[in-house]
Amino acid sequence: MDLRTTYMGLELKNPVVASASPLSEKLDNFRRMEDAGAAAVVMFSLFEEQIKHENAAIEHLITSGSESYAESLSFFPEFEDYETGPDEYLNLLRRAAEAVDIPVIGSLNGITNEGWVDTARLMQDAGASGIELNAYYIPANLYLDGREVEQRYLDVLKAVKAAVSVPVALKLSPFFSATGNMARQFDEAGADALVLFNRFYQPDLDLEEMEVITDLKLSTPAEIRLPLLWIGVLHGRINASLAASTGVHSPLELIKYLLAGADAVMTTSGMLRNGIGFLGTLVEGLKDWMEARQYDSVAQLRGIMSQVNCLNPGAFERANYIKILENYKAQYE
Amino acid sequence: MENRQVATIDGNEAAAYVAYRVNEVCAIYPITPSSTMGELADQWSNEGKTNLWGDIPIIAEMQSEGGAAGAAHGALQTGALTTTFTASQGLMLMIPNMYKIAGELTSAVFHVAARSLAAQGLSIFGDHQDVMAVRTTGFAQLASGSVQEAHDMALIAQAATLEARVPFVHFFDGFRTSHEVNKITLLSDAEIRAMIDDELVRAHRQRGLGPDIPFMRGTAQNPDVYFQGRETVNPWYARTPEIVARKMREFGELTGRHYRLFEYHGDPEAQRVIILMGSGADTVRETVDWLRAHDAAVGVIQVHLYRPFSVEHLLAALPASTRAIAVLDRTKEPGAPGEPLYLDIVTTLTQAAADGSLPTATLPRIIGGRYGLSSKEFTPAMVKAVFDELDKAQPKNGFTVGINDDVSHTSLEVDPDFAIEPDTVVRALFYGLGADGTVGANKNTIKIIGEDPAFHAQGYFVYDSKKSGSQTISHLRFGPDPIRSSYLVQSANFIGCHQFNFLERTNVLEQAAQGATFLLNSPYSAEEVWGRLPRLIQQTIIERKLQFHVIDAYTVARDSGMGNRINTVMQTCFFALSGVLPKEAAIAKIKTAIQKTYGKKGEEVVRRNFEAVDNTLAQLHQVTVPAEVSSHLDLLAPVPPEAPAFVREVTAMMIAGKGDELPVSALPVDGTFPTATARWENRDISMYAPVWEPDLCIQCGNCSFVCPHSVIRAKFYNIANLHEAPAEFRHAPIDARGLPEVHYTLQVYLDNCTGCGLCVEVCPVRSKQDTTRKAINMQAKSGVLESERRNVEFFETLPYVEHERVDFSTVRGVQFLQPLFEFPGSCAGCGETPYVKLLSQLFGERLVVANATGCSSIYGGNLPTTPWSQNAAGKGPAWSNSLFEDNAEFGLGFRLTSDSQLATAERLLKELAPQLGEGYVQSILLAPQITESEIRAQRALVADLEQKLLAMDSETARHLLTVSDQLVRRSVWLIGGDGWAYDIGSSGLDHVLSMGRDINILVLDTEVYSNTGGQMSKSTPLAAVAKFATGGKRVPKKDLALQAISYGNVYVARVAMGANPQQTLLAFREAESYPGPSLILAYSHCIAHGINMQHGLLQQHRAVASGYWPLMRYNPEVRKSGENPFVLDSQRPRIAFKDYAYQELRYKMLSRTNPDEAEILINEAQEQVHQKWRIYERAGYQGKERRGVTDVHPDAGSQGQ
Repeated sequence: MDLRTTYMGLELKNPVVASASPLSEKLDNFRRMEDAGAAAVVMFSLFEEQIKHENAAIEHLITSGSESYAESLSFFPEFEDYETGPDEYLNLLRRAAEAVDIPVIGSLNGITNEGWVDTARLMQDAGASGIELNAYYIPANLYLDGREVEQRYLDVLKAVKAAVSVPVALKLSPFFSATGNMARQFDEAGADALVLFNRFYQPDLDLEEMEVITDLKLSTPAEIRLPLLWIGVLHGRINASLAASTGVHSPLELIKYLLAGADAVMTTSGMLRNGIGFLGTLVEGLKDWMEARQYDSVAQLRGIMSQVNCLNPGAFERANYIKILENYKAQYE
Repeated sequence: MENRQVATIDGNEAAAYVAYRVNEVCAIYPITPSSTMGELADQWSNEGKTNLWGDIPIIAEMQSEGGAAGAAHGALQTGALTTTFTASQGLMLMIPNMYKIAGELTSAVFHVAARSLAAQGLSIFGDHQDVMAVRTTGFAQLASGSVQEAHDMALIAQAATLEARVPFVHFFDGFRTSHEVNKITLLSDAEIRAMIDDELVRAHRQRGLGPDIPFMRGTAQNPDVYFQGRETVNPWYARTPEIVARKMREFGELTGRHYRLFEYHGDPEAQRVIILMGSGADTVRETVDWLRAHDAAVGVIQVHLYRPFSVEHLLAALPASTRAIAVLDRTKEPGAPGEPLYLDIVTTLTQAAADGSLPTATLPRIIGGRYGLSSKEFTPAMVKAVFDELDKAQPKNGFTVGINDDVSHTSLEVDPDFAIEPDTVVRALFYGLGADGTVGANKNTIKIIGEDPAFHAQGYFVYDSKKSGSQTISHLRFGPDPIRSSYLVQSANFIGCHQFNFLERTNVLEQAAQGATFLLNSPYSAEEVWGRLPRLIQQTIIERKLQFHVIDAYTVARDSGMGNRINTVMQTCFFALSGVLPKEAAIAKIKTAIQKTYGKKGEEVVRRNFEAVDNTLAQLHQVTVPAEVSSHLDLLAPVPPEAPAFVREVTAMMIAGKGDELPVSALPVDGTFPTATARWENRDISMYAPVWEPDLCIQCGNCSFVCPHSVIRAKFYNIANLHEAPAEFRHAPIDARGLPEVHYTLQVYLDNCTGCGLCVEVCPVRSKQDTTRKAINMQAKSGVLESERRNVEFFETLPYVEHERVDFSTVRGVQFLQPLFEFPGSCAGCGETPYVKLLSQLFGERLVVANATGCSSIYGGNLPTTPWSQNAAGKGPAWSNSLFEDNAEFGLGFRLTSDSQLATAERLLKELAPQLGEGYVQSILLAPQITESEIRAQRALVADLEQKLLAMDSETARHLLTVSDQLVRRSVWLIGGDGWAYDIGSSGLDHVLSMGRDINILVLDTEVYSNTGGQMSKSTPLAAVAKFATGGKRVPKKDLALQAISYGNVYVARVAMGANPQQTLLAFREAESYPGPSLILAYSHCIAHGINMQHGLLQQHRAVASGYWPLMRYNPEVRKSGENPFVLDSQRPRIAFKDYAYQELRYKMLSRTNPDEAEILINEAQEQVHQKWRIYERAGYQGKERRGVTDVHPDAGSQGQ
């Protein structure tokens, strides 16, 4: 059975990719993910702002209270050499790339131009097989129009593409006025892959402390609908590879995404919830399903239920939505 | 001399540089001012730097200097080249081993940053009291007087000891040399190599113990042979001076720097000669040169080798023309006929006179004097005064110079206008805040200029005695020749004032030379600033024709993304204005230095600093100085006029930086000082302070409870009291039923607030309309300061609530108790002081405190003022500090006195029963004294008794009156940090716990030696980085709680105020009422943890939530009712250890320096937490069943995590 797939120009042994998560903060986990069956690993996201903040914080905390009182002119040993900025990340990336045979993809999170290009190049030099730009931007500025926001994404993508030779994937927000058009523009701008979608930051409120909570909740299988829709729509219509991300909690979601046209399928929440072995569950589940349906290869089944290939292309569009509502009524009348 | 490597380093580094290279083992313990030597050795060891033989020396931090000396002795005995670094009390603890090491003729060098000894008071500063106290041990003593000498003599000492087999103390002056930064020529490894004879190293090794050639050393000897044995070493001592002299000659041939045992400098035909050792010699040398240029026949002998004392070499050094000698000792030996060096010189010369070997025609007149104790300034003017004294017909012997001794009249008159600093030297003074980076920038400047072959550079830094809002004064000199002025800048041609508000209280221009440049960081423009200056400053600028420049450094820094760090901005200004280096070249060098300093901290930091440099020059403006003084502002008085006389006359002088002017008569004879003095020192150090919102406040008392500086106070009172209140006075109806006429005020003492923000963090209330507002909020002080001062004044007139009306059992209640510990100068947001304050609130009126040396003794007892205070009746804590190591024993002594005097009082009281009445006597003897009201009642009874006794004409009554105060139960507390409790004082603490006496121990556990700058203690947790644990501590923290619990009769509590203030309060009260030994371990967040101190309480909460710091109480009293004395007060771990630890730089840093190791250690630390929790859970779960205070599941112990 041939599970191979090509994602952002990289040949993968199967379509299951471990997405950016805290699990990739440990070197050991890369090996474990590979052993479990992952075809590639996207490292946890490197936040540009976080690097800047943390460097400033370290500098501040090391010097806090120093050179003030004669008995304690400093509070920490003199550190001749320590990792700053992305060093820690790059070192891990380098060691991970050396430790495993599968591609390791670096992930950069941010939306400003500043600092991105350099960091992407450093990731490439450290051995990243590709770069995933985890670009999300909440346009809270009420004077920023949609076109400007879109342009920001395009500028970042182009800058990074120009700087590196490894493939570049763009992880997208679902909230564009014309998602398909944007996908086409990214495709034309050189994106080697699009990852659909970014479960970007949505705050909650803590009613006890009366504070805004900034944690991230794990996804649920119900959330596959939106990426499924757009993978289905985009498959076969752009050159960039498509990766599905969000809501993969069993082999069923993996299979659905592939049928809709995904070249690769990513999982984070499922892995966090079930452990690294979950990757193997996905691969085995896919094999079982293919065997039962007598598919010999992933290539055979990929995109067979996409908009361009399926029997009812209208199902991906608004007309069908109305039909669904009608069905809904019918059930309870 | 060509191609020699130079460096601008301090004396500690200069000595350690050599010591590290010529030793295999360093056994150390931190003590100011020598700590840096050990820290550097540890750092180099971690960096893998090797010694001469290619090995990395082992650095072992011990539990005390006694331990360090023991370890050094052991390492030496077994043949390792071994050293240690110490000072002062540390050297005292080494004395027993020093006798042994010397008695066994062991090659070793101890490097000492010589420091005062604690006598009437402790001092961290420099003099020779410590090294003079070890002159009897048999160690040779080699003295350095400068940074270069500290470097060179370290090697000469090592070379000499290997040959002589006599161990050496190599010493240099604490702070003046140990902390002075100077440009020196570094010894190359080849030079060091050439001085160390490997044959001698092998011989040392072969003298070590080993089973292959077994022997014994360290026998017990009897009267028959001990004496003779003691005399066997004489030949070794006899030849040591010549060995040292030869090593000095060899050294001179190698390096071109020539030394002698007694270094003469001056007129070959000198008539008057000063003899001294240490850094003062350079000052005398400079003065001698000036005086000789003015036709005086004077000279100086600098003593390098003090022990063994070489009569021959001294006589050879003394000019035959000498007719008068002044011997200067930087030490004090009360009751002696003279100080040590003086006596040695007298003995030497009189013996020489007797045997005819005197180089002079007749015996010169010899006088001795003391100078420079505790780093007291020693200036050319003082040197001149000494020479002048030698010219007198009847010069003073046993004189002092540098002080005004109006009691014994020992002091010499000094001409205050005598100054000889050469004009070829740029002399710069900088007034800064510790927090603004001034010192760091100046050290950087010295390095930049020092790297220029055309310049020599020197820097010396004077620090504050406070840890928050502390002021620093940097003294920098730059010139074409080596700078040997070992005294503060007296006449500055550049003065930088980095904080505008310093002008309000300090005459920063006092040392300004004519035509000097004055740089002021000013929020006011060049046009506006003149009108904002005090009169004295305006007057000085005009009279001395100063070039006056301003820059708004805070704005430039902020605009450059530097926050409040103005160091780079002010440094750039200095280079732009001083002209030491050409401006463009200087700017380029600053940038190179920035790249070097901050490069490792990330490009962003470098970029911001570069931006600050570039932005500075455009914003630096010269002020056009008017011809006339226009200001009516005077410098603010250091204390208000209503302060007590002692505070006005003595304390105020110290506060104003004029303590040097106080005469001997102004000082207490026995070190006794009044308490309640911090309240007079309004330091006004924060731009922000909390402001109370009465409408939102629920009056919970949390903010007041946690305030580290006691600036938040609460009172309730009848509204009738308000009729004279200022209009802005804030108040609200008290949040209690049935008291409609009672109001509540939470008053913030703005002048004393450090702006730490802990109060805001802990406030549980948020506005319903605006969730960013709490019931207490930080606000710029400027707008409310005046009105709040009026409010404080009125608030002070409101009485504190009577103790009987306060609920001592709740945090809410405790806020109404007057803190008898107020306004400590601890770090802003200190994690220790809230506990100390609580102690003072609960038991202050009957509290005696034994305080171990450390942070708490510094913010508690470092002059000029003390936060320990008194109530309106004049009652309050009595406080003393003995040493670092003996605090448990010291405090136990308090208890022994109480127990003894109570027994006496009870006996005498019974004897007086016939006169006083049996019932009356019994009412006092049998009165219960557990609750506050019972203690109040007893206090009233005893007061009544004392009145009765006064009226009696009875010897017994008079006797009883001297001890009757003990009839009110005394609260004895022993306070100290983990360095004391876990390390140096551990055995004493353990012993005191074992004795069953009613003492209470409060360990302020910061998990490092905070006061000396964050060195590892046995309390330092696994995986944390600290000095001496640069690679992360690999051994878990000692569990002192379990250790104490093992006695069974010790009350033990582990508390963390930020996690559960109520439990803290409960533990303090239980400990105090427990009639045996009590131990409270208090989690104290600390600046040495590398946290934003504003979040200190949150970190305490996380420490508990992670299970790292389980809250518990072990109360043996509970056992009487058949219950489990062990109560676990915190919940099972609910966050990962990492989520607590990685909020702190001490843990986080390792993940940056060594990620793999960090991961291993953090996992081990997590496992430790699990294991420890299981132990606690098992010990405490019965408590859950019976007392219902924890939520621990009974099965949890067997389930683990």
